[in-house]
Amino acid sequence: MKSLADLKVSEKGIIKSFSDEALSVKLIEMGCLPGSEIELNFAAPFNGPLAVKVAGYHLSLRKEEARSVTLED
Amino acid sequence: MSDQSKPKIALVGNPNSGKSTLFNLLTGLSQKTGNFPGVTVDKKTGTFKLLDGRIAEVTDLPGTYSIYPKTLDEQIVQEVFLDRTHSHHPDMAIVVTDATNLKRNLLLFTQIRDLGIPCVLVLNMFDIVQLRKVKIDLRGLSIDLGVKVLATNSHSGDGVQALKKIVSQALISSKRPFYDTYHLASKTIDAIKESFDLTENYRAYQYAQQTERLTFLSESQKEEIREIKKENNFYDLPTQSQETIGRYQLISDIVDRNTIQPSDSNKRTISEKIDRIVTHQVFGYAVFLGLLFLIFQSIFAWAEGPMDIIEGSISQFGSWVKSSLPAGVVNDLITDGIIAGLAGVLVFIPQIAILFAFISLLEESGYMARAVFLMDKLMRKFGLNGKSVVPLISGMACAIPAIMATRNIESWKDRLITIFVTPFMSCSARLPVYTILIGLVVPEDHLFGVFNIQGLVLMGLYLLGFLAAVVSAIGMKYMLKVKERSYFVMELPDYKLPQWKNVLLTIYSKSKTFAVEAGKVIIAISIILWVLASYGSGNNFKNAEEIVRSELPQTASQEQYEIALSAHRLEYSYAGRFGKAIEPMIKPLGYDWKIGIALITSFAAREVFVGTMSTIYSIGASDDDEVSIREKLRQEVDPETGEPVYTMALGFSLMVFYAFAMQCMSTLAIVYRETKGWKWPLIQMVYMTAVAYLSALVTYNIF
Repeated sequence: MKSLADLKVSEKGIIKSFSDEALSVKLIEMGCLPGSEIELNFAAPFNGPLAVKVAGYHLSLRKEEARSVTLED
Repeated sequence: MSDQSKPKIALVGNPNSGKSTLFNLLTGLSQKTGNFPGVTVDKKTGTFKLLDGRIAEVTDLPGTYSIYPKTLDEQIVQEVFLDRTHSHHPDMAIVVTDATNLKRNLLLFTQIRDLGIPCVLVLNMFDIVQLRKVKIDLRGLSIDLGVKVLATNSHSGDGVQALKKIVSQALISSKRPFYDTYHLASKTIDAIKESFDLTENYRAYQYAQQTERLTFLSESQKEEIREIKKENNFYDLPTQSQETIGRYQLISDIVDRNTIQPSDSNKRTISEKIDRIVTHQVFGYAVFLGLLFLIFQSIFAWAEGPMDIIEGSISQFGSWVKSSLPAGVVNDLITDGIIAGLAGVLVFIPQIAILFAFISLLEESGYMARAVFLMDKLMRKFGLNGKSVVPLISGMACAIPAIMATRNIESWKDRLITIFVTPFMSCSARLPVYTILIGLVVPEDHLFGVFNIQGLVLMGLYLLGFLAAVVSAIGMKYMLKVKERSYFVMELPDYKLPQWKNVLLTIYSKSKTFAVEAGKVIIAISIILWVLASYGSGNNFKNAEEIVRSELPQTASQEQYEIALSAHRLEYSYAGRFGKAIEPMIKPLGYDWKIGIALITSFAAREVFVGTMSTIYSIGASDDDEVSIREKLRQEVDPETGEPVYTMALGFSLMVFYAFAMQCMSTLAIVYRETKGWKWPLIQMVYMTAVAYLSALVTYNIF
């Protein structure tokens, strides 16, 4: 299963589901809706947080948090 | 509903929506800052005149993405809207949105609307929308959302008059909800509506969703809601997801129907281009360090001129007062006590202003979020959080707002560690102490002809504070056994040109708060100190004149006699006794009893050091000798050895002590409030003092 953490820089994916319920509520509020397009913009050095483009703006989240976001294959 | 003659308006919106700028435009200089009742959340209120002459009171609520709070600051938004008896429960809400990101911004709007609060929707930053050639149909939006919609540009102030006009008319609340949550939990909603006499479905639904967070409900009321939820199988998280997704679907349809995007909307924006550099593996950190370096260099270089002017004019003012008032006790108290003490505060306003200017520029421009992003991984190694960067950087200005800024950290453990280590960051109150000591013992030279050595030493002291913070955080990370998740979901706002008005307002209000708050403490302490240093008991004080005369050789001049007399008096005054009492303890660090007095008074607030030194040495010196405090310290000679007191070793030992010691009652008070108990502030004080003492001891012995 492909997750948001597997995206390469400038690669896009479609959000399918979330594996972490508590975190998913927050992500959904921030506009990461199932079915929406998400693009990895850049990553902080040393496996730091990721910056993604979603719903027309930029959002950052940690790599392990990104792992809980499953993408469509 | 409150008194209609003075309507209460809440200004609410997402972070980075330009809400505060709009607030400044609406209220201008009528704004006041304070706290919400019962909690220490910063509250900004202001007033403005409606078209019909009534005065409206506006409250600028903390920025939030939804009615479900994630942090303590956001909690207040939910309370103000849900608790109808709250003193700030608004008659209407101005919901401010960033028009360039309408969908996400509308989520909060629909929630507030569904609570039955009359509201007006403001599409802010409309100029950027137009610049990007996006077309938004305001009329269509207004019809679909069922409220008045207005475009503003808080940069230029366009639309503000129109907004005042709209809120002057009575706004009505929408009867039909935008998104009806009834189908998600019909039985729960019905039962709560009946028990609590509520009209709106969404209000009842919120009682069910946020039962534990609603502070205005009694324990028995909460128990009742828990029962209702249990009976009807209400689960909060899955229902909340459904609600949010449902709202977004409606919002998305409406926004798509009413906007036309230009064909080239996928072009890289300027923000994205800047981010390529600012978040780069190498350049990113270089930019971050470069900025910090720039801040320190400018604090020292730019502030020097204004500081000299302030120091000079106060000293002139002091002499003028001294010569124009009749000589005597009152004259001495005013000039040696109050003016000398006050000079210590006023003189470092330029440095505070520069520091706050930088911090507010970094916040305004959007860079601070990148610093948080870049530092998260590193910070987590130390048991901190990327979001600890903001408190730590603000801590270089003042620990009090910095500790309050930790409220944005969702995880309690991360937050506690940040609170614990933030006072190690060199705050602006340490600056005058550093400034005076560096000026005293570090030569005014340049390294490689470019870097001001004094500036480098100052930067070293800041680094020292930072290292102490980091090392302590690592220790805390292993000692605190709390299993709690920390999240890091954060918006990276587009870069913006800072608004000079906002920056200037910040500089003004922070400098003023500092001068007033620190000034009060310092004047009080200066007066007490002056009394303690001018009076004493016992034979040695009472018969000072005879004792000094008998000790001095017959050939001594009148001037020598007076200097010896005042030194003798100070030594046997109450203050001198206190200093002497702790002298054995501080002797190993190289300090004498005069510094001992300063250490004691510094426990209230460290910036008192300079005022105390001024007071002590003004009393000790002869009257007409109005040299600056720095000169007085330089001239100070050890009575036993005849060597200058302020050697390199003593100077650095003192600097290190002040770098680490917890010498700020206000910080202790704020830690007490934020951690809800005396445990942490006490541990913090004992720990920091121990670190300060040991490090000063080591430093003194190295030199």
